[in-house]
Amino acid sequence: MAPIRTYHQLTDPDRSGLGDQIAAQRGRVAERLAQVGRIVAVMSGKGGVGKSYVTAHLARALARAGLATAVLDADLNGPTIPGLLEATDAPRATSDQGVEPVEGLDGVRCISMALVLEDGAPLAFRGPVAESFVWRGAMEAAALREFLGDVAWGRLDILLIDLPPGVQRYVELCDILGAAPAVLTVTIPTAESRDAVRRAMRGAVERGSPLLGIVENMVGGQFEGTAADELAAEFATRVLARIPWHPAPDTWATLGTRL
Amino acid sequence: MKFLCVECDQQMAFGERQLPGDGTLAATFKCPKCGRVVAMLTNPMETQLVSSLGVEIGGRTVPAEPFEMVNAMVVAGSAGSPAWSSDAQERLARVPSFVRGMVKKIYADYAKERGIAEITPAVMDTARSELGLEGM
Repeated sequence: MAPIRTYHQLTDPDRSGLGDQIAAQRGRVAERLAQVGRIVAVMSGKGGVGKSYVTAHLARALARAGLATAVLDADLNGPTIPGLLEATDAPRATSDQGVEPVEGLDGVRCISMALVLEDGAPLAFRGPVAESFVWRGAMEAAALREFLGDVAWGRLDILLIDLPPGVQRYVELCDILGAAPAVLTVTIPTAESRDAVRRAMRGAVERGSPLLGIVENMVGGQFEGTAADELAAEFATRVLARIPWHPAPDTWATLGTRL
Repeated sequence: MKFLCVECDQQMAFGERQLPGDGTLAATFKCPKCGRVVAMLTNPMETQLVSSLGVEIGGRTVPAEPFEMVNAMVVAGSAGSPAWSSDAQERLARVPSFVRGMVKKIYADYAKERGIAEITPAVMDTARSELGLEGM
């Protein structure tokens, strides 16, 4: 039997145009984000360090400073941004061209799975229950793509993207954007957090993300350690802020000026 | 995914797509040289994987609507959510699909907050009036 030609050797036009459909999706995201001055992914790699808390308060400080600011809550399974921004309305489509983000405290616009799901409902998808692990991750990535490409953000100075723990959503974000976004890292002082955050930062560096710096959260309480300083030295970046348990009013504004 | 007619060494061309409604998909491909037709049959899991990519085998005939996947595939509610009467479901179905999921959530939240077990057209009218949702 003669060798069978490989996938890449078959070059006839594909009527399904799957490649074109994917390209159109990317084009839609790029077009939507063309009016966004800056995209910053807030990541940690570690759960429970206060990423969303930092993201929401930073966004509010930036908005108070006069910047058009929005937050995309990329934690699809544990969305908390609308609660932190007191954004409770359901997002509405103004036309078939886009979905309006919801405005929260200080005029920060946001989109979140919490605005789509009924209160308390877990994220679930219609589809075959058996072996859902095969497609669930792809569904979540598709939801992230629609949040990026279908929300009518309008002109923005900065879009903060609140990532869930781990690096998977960050990788999906890079793929959807077609480029690695700048990253702001959040940790708490402990060695355990340092080790988890290190993995995330290494992943971000390997994908080409500029590291904006580190925010050390929950400082001065029961958590002991020097995670932020160690990570800053290891990755040649800055500690932008140390957030105490009870931040002063100017804590967030100061952080905003250091981004 | 491409199909090759091994005998003719020709790439087969997409023919048609059928969605029987049981979660499976059938797509036919035809050899342009010998005319042989094969059908690709996907199981529900494979079909789901394709739809999760936001693409349509056979090509898109209309542009994607905003939040197309989120509105179509995300289960907005859960156990304990209010039921929808058939009349209310029919009315909801007339809402444009790109906004249907969000509209459904608004009514569902309204009903849950008031302990309403079933959403009917009357409940929808009251909610519209109270929430200022004319046009929904």
